Amino acid sequence: MTVETIDLDAAGVRALNRRLQGRDGPVAGGHFIVTNAKGRHALAVGLTEAMDVRIRGHVGYYCAGMNREADVTVEGNAGTGVAENLMSGTVRVTGDTSQSAGASGRGGLLVIEGSASARCGITMKGIDIVVGGSIGHMSAFMAQAGRLVVCGDAGAYLGDSIYEAEIFVRGRVESLGADCVEKDMGERAADGLQTLLERAGVAADAREFRRYGSARQLYNFRVDNAAAY
Amino acid sequence: MSGDRTTRSWASFPPHVISEIHRAADQGLYYIRGSGAWRAVPSFDDLVFLGASVSRYPLEGYRERCDTDVTIGARYASKPVELKIPITIAGMSFGALSANAKRALGLGASAMGTSTTTGDGGMTMEEREASQTLVYQVLPSRYGMDPDHLRIADAIEVVVGQGAKPGGGGMLLGQKVTERVAEMRTLPSGIDQRSACRHPDWTGPDDLTIKIQELREVTNWEKPVYVKVGATRTQYDVALAVKAGADAVVVDGMQGGTAATQEVFIEDVGIPTLPAVRLAVDALKELGVHREVQLIVSGGIRTGADVAKALALGADAVSIGMAALMALNCNAPLYLEDYEALGTHPGACNLCQTGRCPVGVTTQDPVLEARLDPEEGGRRVRNYLSTLTMECQTLARACGKSHVHNLEPEDLAALTVEAAAMARVPLAGTDWIPGRA
Repeated sequence: MTVETIDLDAAGVRALNRRLQGRDGPVAGGHFIVTNAKGRHALAVGLTEAMDVRIRGHVGYYCAGMNREADVTVEGNAGTGVAENLMSGTVRVTGDTSQSAGASGRGGLLVIEGSASARCGITMKGIDIVVGGSIGHMSAFMAQAGRLVVCGDAGAYLGDSIYEAEIFVRGRVESLGADCVEKDMGERAADGLQTLLERAGVAADAREFRRYGSARQLYNFRVDNAAAY
Repeated sequence: MSGDRTTRSWASFPPHVISEIHRAADQGLYYIRGSGAWRAVPSFDDLVFLGASVSRYPLEGYRERCDTDVTIGARYASKPVELKIPITIAGMSFGALSANAKRALGLGASAMGTSTTTGDGGMTMEEREASQTLVYQVLPSRYGMDPDHLRIADAIEVVVGQGAKPGGGGMLLGQKVTERVAEMRTLPSGIDQRSACRHPDWTGPDDLTIKIQELREVTNWEKPVYVKVGATRTQYDVALAVKAGADAVVVDGMQGGTAATQEVFIEDVGIPTLPAVRLAVDALKELGVHREVQLIVSGGIRTGADVAKALALGADAVSIGMAALMALNCNAPLYLEDYEALGTHPGACNLCQTGRCPVGVTTQDPVLEARLDPEEGGRRVRNYLSTLTMECQTLARACGKSHVHNLEPEDLAALTVEAAAMARVPLAGTDWIPGRA
């Protein structure tokens, strides 16, 4: 297996993304190590092919945003919007993430081994997000589809105005947002969750989690719900 | 006298206000409707051109050239957008509009060498196919947001707000959220869809700078990036968009339309297009980037005169939405019984939110949509754009300009004190600009 190392101090962000997007040669099936990340923004974004990318160090905003197919690992912490609008593939962060992790993601898997700040999974549209630690307030706001799994605690207003996404929390939920309610776990959801936890490499028992989703009471404007608008 | 007292109109409570109070008391929710501000506001109608005479000489209307081309996005994009006319089609969603309407707009714009724009809900392939130059909107909702669509677009427009509802998100009521629309947006069909008012992964100009960097990285720094704002604190917003790295700024005045929003937003938030243009140009000049960062102005552009006045005040291009829909027969006296069924009539219809558009423009109903033939609609849009362009050229030639961009504030006079103050051009017959010593 050949591993290509890209030193960001020498190459810069532009050259990194050009390389990983296959603009300077084939990348499919490739293995890349990115060094000297130093909190730089927009690293490994817009990838379209299956490859393995390991980024050494902390990253700034939007790392691995809008990717397809690729597997990206951040060996450190990630800034705002990691894996935003992810389409497919996997993004793993070994540390903690800032706000809006996995925002509007449409597919793929985001694993955060540490904790995530506010608005984790905001407007998620099909992505699966597994957080080893806890998440901040307003997470899964307007979440449309996909699963948000939290092994620790969830901050206030979890799942506010949620649509058809599912949320699983093992710890304490500070408060639920508008139209978000606890639901029966059910065998099917538990089986799916267990499979997802295994895919994410998280050793946890699905039966320890509680499941949340939409009460579907705000789907249409009604005077009785005026206080929620 | 007693007759006067019993029939006198009530300034504070005209009929439409009384009617709204009755409706609110019945329903207990804000009124949601389509189109833009209906109240009278200072506008381009309050400006006139000072045609050439002895002190200036005009160009021959049919012989001497008056060019109309404009390049957008050369600041940072390696593939800027080249348009033959400075009139573009504004972002309007598939969902709010029918697929036939979107296709017609694309065909008409392409025939005139200009661009059209996607909207909330993403890009349809019919739209991409029909549009020679297509601007892809990145909106707070991110409905249908797809990096592949970013890559096949010709430009990217980060939508911060729009003139009809600065500070608010879009709406699409359940009757228009059909299975196809719902699938594109990853939503259950039939829901009253509320779009977010803020982007999910950035707030403020410093974040926006990084967001734009990401969009450029994903698209190999090829596509121009526009930033669209509703007109409010325009001077600051434009300056911050420039600072964030925009190639072009779109400023949408309060007359700009929407498919569905709370009426209180439409009528009571934002400033008119007229002062917004001048404020935007002030910001660009202050930063030394006027003409380097293009200014696209929208909101209530209806005629070639409106186009010419916006350009004279310093815009590089304009964008039209409602007027383009009218070219597709919005509010035309056709299918009168259907207007009647909606409780309205041609010329007064603003019921886009119902999805029962009598002329097939703002509907997802297949029977109604079939009333709009996209080829014929495309021809009508082309004709309309052609008319606007000729009118704009006519005015530019009358002012002695060989390019419409050579129009300048000095070519204008204001008919009202308000317009003089807002546009900062002299009141007609004086050299007085209110607010200037």
